[in-house]
Amino acid sequence: MLRTHRRLLSASAASLLVLGIAACGGTTKDSASDSGPAAAQSGAADPNAKLKEGLKIAFLPKQLNNPYTDVEVGGGKVAAGELKGEYKLVGPNDASASSQVSYINTLIQQQQDVIGIAANDPNAVCPSLNQARQAGIKIVAFDSDASKDCRDVFINQATTQGIGESLVKMASELAGGEGEIAILSATPNATNQNAWIEVMKTELAKPENSKLKLVKTAYGNDDDQKSFQEAQGLLQSYPNLKVIVSPTTVGIAAASRYVSSSNYKGKVAITGLGLPNQMREYVKDGTVKKFALWNPADIGYLAAYAGAALASGQITGKEGEKFTAGKLGPYTVGAAGEIVLGPPTEFTAENIDQFNF
Amino acid sequence: MSELKRKLAGWDTIIIALTVVVLVIASLGVPNFGTSRNFTFLVLDLMPILLVALPMTFIIVTGEIDLSVASTLGLASSIMGWLWNQGLSIESIIPICIIAGAVLGALNGFLVTGLGLPSLAVTIGTLALYRGLALVVLGDGAVADFPFNYTGWVTGTIGGGSIPNVLILIVALAVIFGVVLHATPFGRSLYAIGANAEAAHFSGIRVARTKFWLYVVSGAVAGLVGVLWTLRYSSARADNGAGLELAVVAAVLLGGVSIFGGKGSLPGVLAGVVLLAALQNALRLQDVSGQALNIVTGALLVLSVLLPNIATSIRSTWQRRRLRRAATV
Repeated sequence: MLRTHRRLLSASAASLLVLGIAACGGTTKDSASDSGPAAAQSGAADPNAKLKEGLKIAFLPKQLNNPYTDVEVGGGKVAAGELKGEYKLVGPNDASASSQVSYINTLIQQQQDVIGIAANDPNAVCPSLNQARQAGIKIVAFDSDASKDCRDVFINQATTQGIGESLVKMASELAGGEGEIAILSATPNATNQNAWIEVMKTELAKPENSKLKLVKTAYGNDDDQKSFQEAQGLLQSYPNLKVIVSPTTVGIAAASRYVSSSNYKGKVAITGLGLPNQMREYVKDGTVKKFALWNPADIGYLAAYAGAALASGQITGKEGEKFTAGKLGPYTVGAAGEIVLGPPTEFTAENIDQFNF
Repeated sequence: MSELKRKLAGWDTIIIALTVVVLVIASLGVPNFGTSRNFTFLVLDLMPILLVALPMTFIIVTGEIDLSVASTLGLASSIMGWLWNQGLSIESIIPICIIAGAVLGALNGFLVTGLGLPSLAVTIGTLALYRGLALVVLGDGAVADFPFNYTGWVTGTIGGGSIPNVLILIVALAVIFGVVLHATPFGRSLYAIGANAEAAHFSGIRVARTKFWLYVVSGAVAGLVGVLWTLRYSSARADNGAGLELAVVAAVLLGGVSIFGGKGSLPGVLAGVVLLAALQNALRLQDVSGQALNIVTGALLVLSVLLPNIATSIRSTWQRRRLRRAATV
């Protein structure tokens, strides 16, 4: 028994020793050159090239059997049908960093033309994506980007600027252009939330929004109960509040539930980013007039068209190249190969029943 | 005893034969399975399971288990990412990660042999503990900017041909472990411990010490695989390798190693690993869904436990009948 003890000690001593030696020479973070050879970009873009038919378009989402993902790739399937291509959906059962790699390898073996991928980890998929590109496969990232040097284009569902502007626009319309508004966010350190709120503040500082007053930003931590209580607290502290803007699906649903069951119903407007299926009842009962989110089906649809444009040579992924994405119309490739879907879709009592996600 | 050996040899042979059959059928019947590129993908896919299965076989043969291997892998990966961010050189990080794995294994070994706790309970505990530590070390982010000459080596092939670089490592380790298990007194002593630890102890085998070092080796190999995993996916993450321990135990059992210890062979285990990986690879090329893959794997495992047992019971029934007949005559 004692021996084991002594062994443990000597083992830890040895590791400490190695730590000591480790300070000398070798390849370090600072000395390492950046990542390896990126796949060659194919020649120049020919915007007038004909869209190829019979393209093999495969979608590889973060994981299968997720309702939101199903709507996304459903849009891809529609587009593949319009393009007379072969649509395929593959993916892991768990959204772990490495589980997508085997699927990419399989798609390389099957000689697909286009892979649309929502990366679980931007770097873990990189080596195999670049192998795919060397094999002539076009890579379209959507939903969550892969590292820039291992995909051709990225379909960005919305820009931070676009979301922020849209939130202020809706709040202003609902408040009638003047009055007190409050924000109900997720956690105080949520990157995307804070970025959107920054844009909102910039927008609110503009002269046309001078009569709108942001009185408070509350945090519901993306927890249903806490968001519910925060919404309650906002209305008690600010009796003249006109609009609560919640850029998180958890917050907007909780705030709507509170208002719809209180005597604030009809007096205070709720808006923000929400899921139609969660918000349907509050839109129907008049608590919520309008809210917004990007349409996931359009993301998959645009991804498939972007892939087809790449495979047909209309675009190569350079800034400024143009292509047309079926019913969504013309698009231009932005900086770093980003293609922005456009402003978020607004949901109202008129159109909410057309969406199921 | 010889009866046991024969039955066991039988299962090993069956699993090896089955693996060869699957490889041949897949090469002939599944488009793109037999290509050299797919061979590289297959080797890279089975690398972590195969390497971790080598020491796991030793441990299960002695009647113990180590379920903390995947968490050790994840912690080694986290340490690798953290040290890389601290500006250490990769040449010194790699040995540190392997030693860290060995130290984690030593803790398992100490708890099992020094304190005499059941290894199942201990390593389920350290499975959670090490994964938690991995999150403490690296948080939920990822470190990715490892040097290309290392990441490229792990995913690359010898001279750009069809033999993956990591195959050298796999073969070397498999040969070492195979020789130790099947051609040395130490290897034989493992079977003795697994068959009856007390008897082994009284016949002069240092049971506790042996088991302790098996855990150290298991941890060190898990640390090494953590490094390889990180370089292969060029991503150091705290959740790397999550769930791998069950895939490893599954492959070891499929290879004919008894969970109660004392039985099994390394060639059988290697066949088990290759069989599962080849099936997954081939079915995926045929666009079989992930759920169906799980069903196939699960069914195979149940069968691998069931069939030898059925065979034994049939054999014993026959023997009883023969004895009865002999008695009535």
